[in-house]
Amino acid sequence: MNLITLSSPHHTQSTGVNKVMLQVLMALVPGIVALCLFFSPIYLFNLLIGCSTALAVEALILRLRRCPVAFHLRDLSALVTAVLLVISMPPLIPWWITVLAVSCALLLGKHLYGGLGFNPFNPAMVAFALMIVSFPVPMTTLWLAPNSGLDFASALQIVLGQTLLPDGISSATPLDYYKTQVGRLTATEIYQSELFFGIWPAGWIWVSLAYLVGGLFLLYKKVFSWHAPLGLLVGLAVLALIFGLDPDSNTPLHLHLLAGSAIVGAFFIVTDPVSGATSRLGKFIFGFGVGCLAYVIRTWGSYPDAIAFAVLLMNFAAPFIDHYSKPRTYGHSTRHQGYK
Amino acid sequence: MNAFSPAPNTQVWPLIGGVEPKENKQQSNGLSIGYLPLPPFLVLPVNQHIGVAAEPLVAVGDQVLKGQLIASSSGKISACLHAPTSGKVVAIEPRPVPHASGLDSLAIIIEPDQQDQWREQEPWPNWQQRSSEELLARLSESGIVGLGGAGFPTASKLSIDQQIHTLVVNGTECEPYITADDLIMRERAAQILAGVAIMAKLLQVKQVLIGIEDNKPEAIAAMRAALEHYQGPEAVIKTFPTKYPSGGEKQLIWILTGQEVPSGRLPADLGMVCVNVGTAAAVQQCIVDDHPLISRITTLTGQVLAQPRNYELLIGTPIVWLLAQLGVTQAERIIMGGPMMGEPLANPQSPVVKTCNCLLLPTQQELPLPPSASPCIRCGFCDDVCPASLLPQQLYYHARSRNLEGLAQQHLFDCIECGACAYVCPSSIPLVQYYRYGKGEIRQEQQQQAKSERAKVRFENRQARLAQESAEKEAKRKARAEAAAKAQAAKAAGDNSAIDQVIKAAQAKSAAAAATKAEGPDLEALKSAVEQAKNKLMMAEERLAKAEQEMPENAAAFRTARDKFAEKLAKAEANWQKAQQETKT
Ligand code: SF4
Ligand code: SF4
Repeated sequence: MNLITLSSPHHTQSTGVNKVMLQVLMALVPGIVALCLFFSPIYLFNLLIGCSTALAVEALILRLRRCPVAFHLRDLSALVTAVLLVISMPPLIPWWITVLAVSCALLLGKHLYGGLGFNPFNPAMVAFALMIVSFPVPMTTLWLAPNSGLDFASALQIVLGQTLLPDGISSATPLDYYKTQVGRLTATEIYQSELFFGIWPAGWIWVSLAYLVGGLFLLYKKVFSWHAPLGLLVGLAVLALIFGLDPDSNTPLHLHLLAGSAIVGAFFIVTDPVSGATSRLGKFIFGFGVGCLAYVIRTWGSYPDAIAFAVLLMNFAAPFIDHYSKPRTYGHSTRHQGYK
Repeated sequence: MNAFSPAPNTQVWPLIGGVEPKENKQQSNGLSIGYLPLPPFLVLPVNQHIGVAAEPLVAVGDQVLKGQLIASSSGKISACLHAPTSGKVVAIEPRPVPHASGLDSLAIIIEPDQQDQWREQEPWPNWQQRSSEELLARLSESGIVGLGGAGFPTASKLSIDQQIHTLVVNGTECEPYITADDLIMRERAAQILAGVAIMAKLLQVKQVLIGIEDNKPEAIAAMRAALEHYQGPEAVIKTFPTKYPSGGEKQLIWILTGQEVPSGRLPADLGMVCVNVGTAAAVQQCIVDDHPLISRITTLTGQVLAQPRNYELLIGTPIVWLLAQLGVTQAERIIMGGPMMGEPLANPQSPVVKTCNCLLLPTQQELPLPPSASPCIRCGFCDDVCPASLLPQQLYYHARSRNLEGLAQQHLFDCIECGACAYVCPSSIPLVQYYRYGKGEIRQEQQQQAKSERAKVRFENRQARLAQESAEKEAKRKARAEAAAKAQAAKAAGDNSAIDQVIKAAQAKSAAAAATKAEGPDLEALKSAVEQAKNKLMMAEERLAKAEQEMPENAAAFRTARDKFAEKLAKAEANWQKAQQETKT
């Protein structure tokens, strides 16, 4: 009898990174469906471009790094990055910006640091920030108003750069619109805009709710714990409540939570394990920080939506948070904190 | 317990972290404990416990009886070994043993004579009348070790000097597949409680806490029923939800008492001792029946076996023979223990040892081999399940980069190697392997350090000794030099004054004496001698005073000189007066 001797445990919950990533992708489906329904199915084309770029670039880099290509491609992390990036960008964004963004995410955001697991920053957010800094106009103006009536073929032509953008098609996001108008108009006047449906951000509310469904599914599946998402929502909500009580002078709470990328950020971005904090307390602090910073940048900064910058800033702080949020080990009377 | 006693406190504290792997217990807990015929030979390693190996007492060719002591414990933490059946010692040589190192170790091999004849036994049905010393003496001869898997000699555990108030009895059996303790509790609850009473008496405890996971209702019922007839300090059965690793000693103490064993300390520091239910039953057998530890209950399970079941096996039964009895001739893996913490068996020729609570023979479908590891994605699943609240991925990170300082800082040594983290890791990283490696490296480093520390101390001692020797030499040399200098100074002082004058005085004296002899006492001469002596004395006094101020170390010489002048003056005066009287007469 020749026996196999492997060290314990001999039993594993055979999850696999790809299973986790697959669940994340599945959880994004409702959000993507909502985007297609309420804005434009062009998102599907963008996703196609983004995902193929991701696979190609990832394979190429793995090849160059002399890593087993198929083994690493199977973890699906590149696809998750690409999808997150595409759904964060405006729908009418030129195809080459999508290609560039996804390539930057994988190259500069991930493999430059040693690949999956070693990147200090969220790759999708690195690329998003790079794009918004490099191409501020397309990245902020190519949004669509909900139910704009733009059909897939014309959208495709715009994305492929074959037609110029017809006037009156693109629009700002409700969050951006509210921010720019709030000084001049009262809240009731702002809500008259076609971007709103009652006091709710038309279209966006369904997208946010769809993301929420996906996020709760992941929570239920224990893909992540509730700490980081709740941290973000609490951070954003607390500041929005303190400063935004008067809807005539500041963006109100429900728009902060539902009109922008707060929900997708809470459930799909700050939950990125690699670049976040690790302990439960740390995750909450990390999320809370993102929420606060997002509010600050949205309100007093020049970018309408700020989850990406907030996440990147908190990524910087993650190792620090980790050092000060370690749990108390069994049998120790105090928590160990700090670097030494 | 009577009907009026207050309801026992059955509060439990929830396990921190933990996982819920598939239990897989129903395969083996359906049948009662089974028995097998005597094997053709028995292999008895002399070290089946934590501590020093036992010392063989028999020689090849000796005839031994069942229960006869064949190797005695040596040292404080050690356990005896007994012949599991009567027969002949056919060899004492290194044999493969179930140990992680995979190395052979010394074993006594007995060929049974099929008589199964007991040595003389002295049962103590009324053990309550025996003194603690007697009980402990019998226990330390019993060869009992912790049967839950750790193998710590029970007598050593029970003979600590610390004050113990609580005896924790571990019937948790949280590892999947294993049902040995379950069956013992079902079938031998009364024995367990008698053993508990014996240990409670030895330790003088105030209470007994019995912890059982709620997935063993039959065992709990049996123990509850047996508790009716139990006599001893207050005993409470606490049940709690099934979660791995509730049965870890530290975890169980937390669950039952809400207290944590301080890092690096033992439960005894909290006034607690923790024993396994199987151990308790063995203690009863040893004390009451004079039946040393020669067999144990082992779960034989896994889909490779046609009928998983618990068996009472003689210690030393060769595993390969055992499996053949059950119709198994081929296996891919044999795990000694459960799927979470069990050790893989390298050689099926190894025997069943005292710590072998389970032999698991899984098929590939049942427990697939882990896929190759992918990078850690810092998902934190491992943090959530660690029962010690460690950060397993940080430990992994430090172990990978061999950062021993970081490992110690992250409390690596509080890791109980339960494997919960590796169980949930989506990247299939063999985390526990890294921690074992890290612990090994740190221990080695510490040994190395201790060694070099000792060498350093030795070197420093030698340096200090040499330095002291040379300092002493130097001091002696200085002292000699000083003495010489003093003598020199004294001589110098004497040359110029004292000695010179002594000579002169002597001359004066002899001159005076001559004068007296020649023409009778020359009064004038004698008188001037007195004057001279007076002058000299005065000068000597002056010099002494000066010397006392300026060079006190040489004053002694001047004092001697002064005394001499004073003497001479007295003599001169005496001579003068004598001469005066002579002239008068
Ligand atoms: S479970 Fe595995 S992949 Fe996840 S953080 Fe822990 S070690 Fe890393
Ligand atoms: S093996 Fe160690 S680090 Fe992993 S869960 Fe168990 S105690 Fe925690």
